[in-house]
Amino acid sequence: MSETLSGQNAPPDASDSLAVLEKSRSTAETFGIPLAVLLEITHRCPLQCPYCSNPVELDRSGKELTTDEWKKVLSELAEIGVLQVHFSGGEPTARKDLVELVKHASDVGLYTNLITSAVLLTREKLSELADAGLCHVQISFQGVEEGLADRVAGYKNGHRKKLEAAKWTRELDLPLTVNAVMHRQNLHQLPDIIQMSLDLDADRLEVANVQYYGWALKNRAALMPTVAQLDECTRIVEDARERHKGRLSIDYVVPDYYALRPKKCMGGWGRQFFNISPAGKVLPCHAAESITGLEFESVRSNHSIAWIWQNSEAFNRYRGTGWMKEPCKSCEFREIDFGGCRCQAFALTGDAANTDPACALSPMHETIFKQAEREAEGDTNRFLYRNFAGGTLESENGA
Amino acid sequence: MAAPRHISVSEASRPVLPRHAKLKYDETRKVWVILAPERVLAPDEIAVEVLQFCDGERTVGDVADQLAAKYAAPRDAILTDVIAMLQDLADKGFLTEAREKTS
Repeated sequence: MSETLSGQNAPPDASDSLAVLEKSRSTAETFGIPLAVLLEITHRCPLQCPYCSNPVELDRSGKELTTDEWKKVLSELAEIGVLQVHFSGGEPTARKDLVELVKHASDVGLYTNLITSAVLLTREKLSELADAGLCHVQISFQGVEEGLADRVAGYKNGHRKKLEAAKWTRELDLPLTVNAVMHRQNLHQLPDIIQMSLDLDADRLEVANVQYYGWALKNRAALMPTVAQLDECTRIVEDARERHKGRLSIDYVVPDYYALRPKKCMGGWGRQFFNISPAGKVLPCHAAESITGLEFESVRSNHSIAWIWQNSEAFNRYRGTGWMKEPCKSCEFREIDFGGCRCQAFALTGDAANTDPACALSPMHETIFKQAEREAEGDTNRFLYRNFAGGTLESENGA
Repeated sequence: MAAPRHISVSEASRPVLPRHAKLKYDETRKVWVILAPERVLAPDEIAVEVLQFCDGERTVGDVADQLAAKYAAPRDAILTDVIAMLQDLADKGFLTEAREKTS
């Protein structure tokens, strides 16, 4: 999902009457409650995308918060100053109570985004969601034609259903964001994906290169783009941004393996983002549960969400710069990128307090870059599909 | 039918925020905000005042009249500023126009 929405407590920028509300450096240490919260209301999903951002160990439906528990969460979020919620998953429409939850969110004054694969939507359901107060729909696309798109998603006829749902979204006068997750096997379709977004009358397009943790890390050899592919992707995005200015805005996320500086992941751990898992865990990042040895508090505990945000051990462990080791500790960029991504540091080095290897200053950067380069040139294209069973390898002939 | 988008703001326009852009006073942070898809905008005081007039009934000219009277300021200068501010919002996709009444 997009990281453009960030920060809080920022005074409006006097030079721009419509400044995007972002945290200024001077208020960064206050850890005010985030403006927006990601609600992963279920891990159930009919799709099996090999780069799914959900953890490898998925929450089963029996562990999911009940309707009343989610409603209580929504009320509490509005009360402590959260302005927007993203209903996500898994596939949020897999929950039968989604309309009721959107309605409740609207009633307590929250702005609601739906982040969906759209394959379970009907026109009637979407219309009910709109009537319940839904403000915005984001639909994921795996490609531009059904052959590749349905293969990546591991779901027949998915692409066709997505196109239909995108059309209904605009017919119901809801703004549409197309989310396109890009990797080696679909990057060649990027120009057509931009055209498809225009044809679907989308307002926004997210060109999100795969980030390699969890499921995507397991599938890295099948997904990693080459440097040449990525350079071409950047050129296409920049060109399209210029050409479709005022018509289609494009958010762009590059894979950090090929960067010299790591990304400021989540805007810094525990600084401006949290999400709530299907089972009610309050997490600093949707991949945070992959870091073993961290205990995450639940909304089912005796603590309020505001308390968990401010005081829980997991949020404070990697907040600020006090936890850092070298080369982060004395680095001039330590408050710019906060040492990159903790989950990636853990996955690739075994210690979340190490410098994210995406950083050129990490002793592991060179090794990982070379490995990624080799994988990108390789011919391993078979996916390990995401599911509750720990993954299923794609058959030889691709199905 | 979708409301018109990508509008060109003029003195005769009757602008209104579309349903996906919500002007709201944020009690926690004590600032006015515009909530938009996956974004929160922070309009300044004047922008807030203008937007509160934008109900799809008043024209941009009406808004300039009101502000000129309130601040005893030259209407032309105000009109130019109001159009620039609203066009900026329209270009971001967060402003629409009331449809013509058919009845």
